Parts: sequence; structure tokens; C-alpha cells
Amino acid sequence: MAQLTCRDLCIGYENTPVVTGLTFDVEAGDYLAIVGENGAGKTTLMKTILGLVRPVSGEIRFSDGLKKTEIGYLPQQTMVQKDFPASVLEVVLSGFLASKGARPFYNRAERELARVNLERMGLDGFEKKSYRDLSGGQQQRVLLARALCATRKLILLDEPASGLDPKVTVELYELIRDLNRDGITVLMISHDIEAALTYANKILHIGREIFFGTTQDYRKSDTGKRFAGIGEVDHG
Amino acid sequence: MAELFERLADYFRFPFVRYALIVGVLIALCASLLGVTLVLKRFSFIGDGLSHVAFGAMAVAAVTGLTNQMVIVMPVTILCAVLLLKTGRNARVRGDASIAMLSVGALALGYLLMNLFPVSSNISADVCSTLFGSQSILTLTSWEVWLCLGLSISVVLIFLVLYNRIFAVTFDESFASATGIRVGVYNLIIAVTTAVVIVLAMNLVGSLLISALVIFPALSAMRVFNNFKSVTICSAAISVSCAVLGILVSVLWETPTGPTIVAADIVCFGAFFIIGKIRRGNT
Repeated sequence: MAQLTCRDLCIGYENTPVVTGLTFDVEAGDYLAIVGENGAGKTTLMKTILGLVRPVSGEIRFSDGLKKTEIGYLPQQTMVQKDFPASVLEVVLSGFLASKGARPFYNRAERELARVNLERMGLDGFEKKSYRDLSGGQQQRVLLARALCATRKLILLDEPASGLDPKVTVELYELIRDLNRDGITVLMISHDIEAALTYANKILHIGREIFFGTTQDYRKSDTGKRFAGIGEVDHG
Repeated sequence: MAELFERLADYFRFPFVRYALIVGVLIALCASLLGVTLVLKRFSFIGDGLSHVAFGAMAVAAVTGLTNQMVIVMPVTILCAVLLLKTGRNARVRGDASIAMLSVGALALGYLLMNLFPVSSNISADVCSTLFGSQSILTLTSWEVWLCLGLSISVVLIFLVLYNRIFAVTFDESFASATGIRVGVYNLIIAVTTAVVIVLAMNLVGSLLISALVIFPALSAMRVFNNFKSVTICSAAISVSCAVLGILVSVLWETPTGPTIVAADIVCFGAFFIIGKIRRGNT
């Protein structure tokens, strides 16, 4: 059953459309990679799904018992975070904010779950470490653990591997694949078309051409061939 | 030394000295708590801009001959805080320019007004005391003392209750709003409390020096501590001790209160800077 359905969606900023006519659905357990040229509107699409940007027109629907506050999100890192004095545990716990409601402080169960999620990311024993002293890959895994605290169902990742070296990138992709195998639906924006084709089972290509379908179909499609450089490239 | 304490005890027989100390400590506490967030959000300049607006509003209040100047100063500053936050959001590039415009504009017009419609014979002393605080913390009316007490306690309570939300909104706005936190509301709360703290702090250090009270303790704490909780607690401790020290010194040696407190903050920053360097060198 579809967790997320977009019908005839038009996205953009302040009523200036960037992409029109997006129709796709994401089923529970899917791994959807969103690919496309720079500036095609990938991040805008993700922000629209999250409700940070208003859709210009069209419809976004969550179903299958998924609430808007049950989405985990891994945004691109900001300058502010690079030298932010926060412990790893403080960052991860902030994933519970939405679910804890009006209660001002975190409870023991949440602390415990935060530790479990850190462990899942291979960061046990990192609770007290300072976020700003970690390597880029470790920081991304902390933010992934935070996203896991916010959701058990669906995570949205915006360029999770940007700025990471190849070895760390592969490790991160494998962690994400494991999460997906554990039943979490993954929506990932990626520049890295190779990784997208390797790990995702569905591809959404946005830009001048729009493609939505399985990874196998994408490989065979003209859009896929042109963009991923698979087979004969026809520059016409 | 004993003589010094005797003199101090003498001074503390006066209620206004005791009020000054209590109010000063509370204001310094509020300023430092908010300071951590403002510095990390790269909003330090908003505090600076607002303090100049508060000066302008104070001038208007003085000229109109209001005995209760807070009635004008507080709402005007809060309004500007909200406006600045909005413009900073919608047009990032022009945000800092609009703050610069507003703050120098308010400063110039405020001084102009005070000159055109002088309320006392010694304008420069008036202006000086509004800008640098001088002894105004010692001349608070009991109504002002109660207002300061009430407002600063509310600021501390708001900060405690919203602590985790403020952390989330400061660390990562997009994540916070994506998970359903109303970031706009919390930014508004931060802006309004900042305005309140700035107006209160005018009494303590004067409008030109408020930023120091907001920025220095937070920056000092960040040199040494690595998590948000310790930074917040340390910043509060630094700010309160510097305020106490500054007020005592200024009472004993009759130095202007505001600059004395700020001088203590600067010395503290220097010390923490060095401690931070040594610590990082060792690891």
C-alpha cells in the first residue's frame, strides 16, 4: 500500500513553478532515489513533501497510517552546524521533539532509544563526544540516528554522501540499505547516479524530462540512458 | 581587606544597592541564556541593532515627558525585533543592511530629538547615561525593580521550559520544522524575549554595551565547553559572576557600572580563550 502519493504535483517557490506534472507513489519498504540535473528541483521536491515549501498545485497524500510528524529527515548540513557546541546525544535526542509533545524534557525511554539508534549507526560510546569534533561521515551518521528517532517508517535523505570520501560514502550507503532492509522506506536525493542505480528499487528523475518507475525500467529508458550514460548516448 | 568589606557592608544598607545587585544579576543571567542561541544562530547583530532602536525609543519617551518610559520603549523594541526577524528571513542578503539602517537611524534620530527638545540642562550627561548605563542601575524606581524582576524571571522560565526546542531550532531549523516543530513560533519567542532582555539590560549597561552582555559570556563558554548544556550553564555562570563583580567594583570605586561589567566579561573571555587553546593543544 502506498505511504506517500503525489498527484499532478507542481513545485516551486512563490508560485514560480520549477517542476510540473509530478505523479508518483511510494510504497512501504521502497527505496526511491530522486535524481536529476543541478537546479532541477530535487531539494525543493523534498521540502515540499515535508511541508516546508507549499506546493504550487497538485496533491500530496500520506496514507498507511503515516503522520506528518513521523518522517525522519536528513537535511544538507548548514554552516551553523559545523562548529556547533553540542554533544552527540543532544543532537540525536532532538529527533524526539515532535513526538514528545508539550513535555519539556526527554524521558528515560527516549534516552535509551537514542542510544540504540546510535548503536545501529555504529556509534556506540559516542554519546558524550562533541558533534563538532567528529568527521564528516560520523556527523552524517549522527544525523541519521536523529532521523531514526523521529521515525520508524519513512526517511528522507538529501545528498547524504556529499563531501564524504569514497570509502565512507560506501559505508553510509550500506547503512542506509540496511535500514531499508529493516523495513524503513527511504527517499534519497543523490548526485551519485551509480549509487542510486545500485541501491534504489525505484527512480524518480526530474528536470526537463520526468521519469518515474523501477530501476530496471530506468536503465532501459531514454532518460536513464542519457543521464546515466548507459549504452549508446544519443546527443542528437 | 577588612576595611573593604566594611565599606561594602555600609553600601548594602541602602536598599537601592541591594536592588541593583539583584536586578543586575537577573538581567545578566537572561542576557547570557539568550546569548548562546543568538550567537549560534548568527543573530548577534540583531541584539546590537535592537539596542540602538531601544535608545531611539528612549529618546522619544524622554522628549514626550513620560515618567514611565518602558511603556514606549518596550513595545517599539519588540515590534522592531519581530520586523527584523521577518526581513532577515525573506531577503537574506538585505537582512544585515536593513538592521544597520534601522540601528543607526534610530541612534541619530534619538540624539537629534534629545537635542531639539531638551528635557534637562545637561543633554550630554543624559545621552551618555543612556548609551553607557553609567549609574542608572542605582537609580531604579521600585516599580522598575519589580518590572525587571518579573520580566527576567519569566525569561528564565521560558528558556527552561523551551530549552530542548530552542536547541533544536538553533541547531537545525529545517529538521525541526520537517518533524513538525513550529519554527516560526519559536523564532518569534526568541525575538520577543531578546527585545525584552535588551530593554532591561539598558538599565544595567546602557544601550551601546548590551551586545557585550549577550555575546561575551556565550563566546567564552564556547571556547572551553563542547556541549550545549555545559555551554549554557557556563555562560550563565560567567555572566552572573561578571555582573556581581562589576557592580561591586563600581560601587566601591565609583566606576561606571556598565563598562566595569563589560571589562570583567572581556577579561573572562581572554582567560577562557587561553584555557580553550591549551585544552585543544593537549588533545
